Amino acid sequence: MERVSAGTKLTVLVLFAPFILWMLLLVILPHIDLLTISLRERVAPRVYEFSFKNYMEFFVEPLYWRTFARTAIMSILATVLTLIIGFPISYYIAKIARGRLKSSLFLLCMLPFWVSELVRTFGWMILLRESGIISGVLQWLGLADGPVEMLYNDAAIMVGLVYTSMLFMVVPLVSTLDSLDDGLIEAAYDLGGSTIAILREIVIPHAMPGIVSGCIVVFMLTLGNYLTPTLLGGKDSLWFTEQIYNQFITRFNWEQGSAFGFLLLLLSSAIIWTGLRLTRQRLQDTIK
Amino acid sequence: MNADASAAFDLEVESVVKKFAAFTAVDEVSFTVPKGSFFSILGPSGCGKTTLMRMIAGFLEPTSGDLRIKGRSMLGVPPNRRPVNMVFQHLALFPMMSVAENVAYGLRRRGAGRAEIEEKVAAMLARVGLPDAGEKRIDQLSGGQKQRIAIARCLVLEPDLLLLDEPLGALDLKLREQMKVELKQLQADVGTTFVYITHDQSEALVMSDQVAVMNAGRFEQVGNPQALYYRPETAFVAGFVGDSNRWIGAAVAVDGRGIKLATDDGLVLYGTAAGRGQVQSGGSLDVFVRPESIAISRSGKDMESWHNRVQGKVKNLLFNGANSRAVVIDDKTGFELIVALPQTGEFADLQRGETVHLGWSAEQTLCFVHDGAAEAA
Repeated sequence: MERVSAGTKLTVLVLFAPFILWMLLLVILPHIDLLTISLRERVAPRVYEFSFKNYMEFFVEPLYWRTFARTAIMSILATVLTLIIGFPISYYIAKIARGRLKSSLFLLCMLPFWVSELVRTFGWMILLRESGIISGVLQWLGLADGPVEMLYNDAAIMVGLVYTSMLFMVVPLVSTLDSLDDGLIEAAYDLGGSTIAILREIVIPHAMPGIVSGCIVVFMLTLGNYLTPTLLGGKDSLWFTEQIYNQFITRFNWEQGSAFGFLLLLLSSAIIWTGLRLTRQRLQDTIK
Repeated sequence: MNADASAAFDLEVESVVKKFAAFTAVDEVSFTVPKGSFFSILGPSGCGKTTLMRMIAGFLEPTSGDLRIKGRSMLGVPPNRRPVNMVFQHLALFPMMSVAENVAYGLRRRGAGRAEIEEKVAAMLARVGLPDAGEKRIDQLSGGQKQRIAIARCLVLEPDLLLLDEPLGALDLKLREQMKVELKQLQADVGTTFVYITHDQSEALVMSDQVAVMNAGRFEQVGNPQALYYRPETAFVAGFVGDSNRWIGAAVAVDGRGIKLATDDGLVLYGTAAGRGQVQSGGSLDVFVRPESIAISRSGKDMESWHNRVQGKVKNLLFNGANSRAVVIDDKTGFELIVALPQTGEFADLQRGETVHLGWSAEQTLCFVHDGAAEAA
C-alpha cells in the first residue's frame, strides 16, 4: 500500500469538514441527546431517573401505536401511488419526449417547487374546501345540491402527499430510465416480447435502483411530513409527527416526544429494511 | 403473386420508399434475397441503409411499396410478429439476465416449454462455441463472445431472415477479421438467410454472396463481390468499392466503347466506357484506375505495350506488407497516383525521389459519364 501523505490527509479533512460538521452537529448530537432525554423519567420537579416508561407508553397506549401504524400505512400507500403515477410520466420524459419537449416537461415537474410547501398546500385547500373552486363548479353544473366539503379527510391528505412527493420520484426514475439503451427495448420487441413483458423483464429491472431510491425518499418524506397532513387532514388527520409536536410543544413533555422521535426513526428504518428484503434489493445498488 | 416463384426468395422488397417530412431516406428500392444466401447492403453513413433495415425488421413502416418475407407481405405486422430477428449494432444484450436467459428470451416469449428451451439454448450455445457460458453475466464476456451470443439469441428462434446491423463495428481490427470468417462459416452451417448492413466494404466483399451498394437512398448496383469490384456500373460504386486513382476529364474522341480523353490537369488517356450512361464526345467524365492494375518499372522501355504511360517520381512509400503501395507524382501534371507494388521483391529497395515509369491498359481505365453522384464517396 502506498502511504497517504500528510498533505493529502489534510485536503480530505478540509473537503469533508462541512459534511462531518453537518452530520455531527445536526444529526448525531441531537439524536444522542434525544436518546438520553427519552430514556429518563421525571419523578419530581427537576429530578429524573433512568426508565423505559416513555417507550412503554407507546406500546401500552393504543392511540399512539395506532397513529403510528396509520401513518406508516398511509405513507406506504402514498409511496405506491406516487410510483404508479410517476413511472409513466418519467418514462415519457426519459424515453418518448425529445429535445425541447423533454426539458420543458422536466422543468414543469420542478416548477411547483419554486413555491413553498405551505403555499402549495393552501392551493389545495382553496380548491377542495367547502366554499372552494371544485365545490363551486360542481354546484354550478348542478351536480351537487349544496356546498361539498372535500377537505379534512384521508383522500385529501393522500392527494396532498402524492403531489408533494412527485418530484422526488420522477427525478431518480428519469435518470435511471434515461440510461436504458433504446436498443434493449427494440431488441426485446424484435425477439417477440409484448409491451407488458418488456416492461416487466427489461424496463423495470433496469429502473429498479431508481424505483428503490425514489420510494425510500418519498416514504421518508411522507412519514416525516407535518404540514400537509395537518392542513389537509385537519383535526382528525392523526399523523405521527403531530403526536411528536404535541408532546414537545403542547404538553411540554420532552421525554415522551424524544421517545416518539426515536421510535419514528427506528420503525421507519425497519420498514425500509423489510421493503428492501421483500423486493430483494440492496441499498448499495441504488447508488449507481 | 405466384406462390411458387416467391418460395425461392426469403425477402422481396418492392419499390420501397421512406420519407421523413421532406427528406427521402429510401427512394424506390427493389431487390430480392434468395433463400439461404448472405446478402449485404453496403453504403456510407446516412445513405439510408439503416432505415431500410429498420423497415424490414418492422420498426418503421414504408411510406409506399411492399415488403414480403417468404411471399407474405409484412406491411402492418409489428416487429414481435415478424419471422425476422435482428442483431443490433451495439448488440443490445440484456444486462439484467444471464447469457442463457438472453438466449432463452425469445423462446420464453413464444411460450416454449422449459425442457425444450433448455435443450435448444444448450444446443445453440454449443453451436456458437460457448457451451459453458450459460451461467455467465453479460459483462463477463469478451467482445467477440458478446457478438456470438447476440447472434445465438436470434438464431435460436430459427428466423426466416436474420438482419445484422453493422455488428462488427465495435470490435478491434484483429477480432473483426476473425469474426468475418466465423460469421460466414456460421451462415453456411445454419443456412439461414442473412441480410447484413455495413459501411465497411471489406466486410461486405468477404462475406457476401450478393452485395447491394447503396447511396443517397437508392441502390447503385446489386451484384456479387467480383462484379462490384471489377465491373462497377456507376462512378459511385467504382469510387466506393476498393481504392482507385481518380481523374475528372472530358472525352476527346469516342469510338464504340473506346475513349480518348483529356483529364482536367492535361493528361491524355485511353479508356473504356463503363456504366449505363452514353459517353459523348466532349462530355464530362469520371475516370477510375485501380492501384493494382498499374504496372510499375524503372525503365521506360517496359511500358511501351501499355495504352497509358506516365513517368513520375516516388513521393512516398506506404509499406503495409502484401498491400504496400507507392505514391508517384506525375512529372507532367503533378497528379498523385497510388500504385500497388508487386510482391516479387523487385521493388523492395525502391527509394523516395526515384524516377519510375507507370503503364496501364485502356480496359483498366473505366470512364463514367460525370453526374456528380460520386462526390459523396
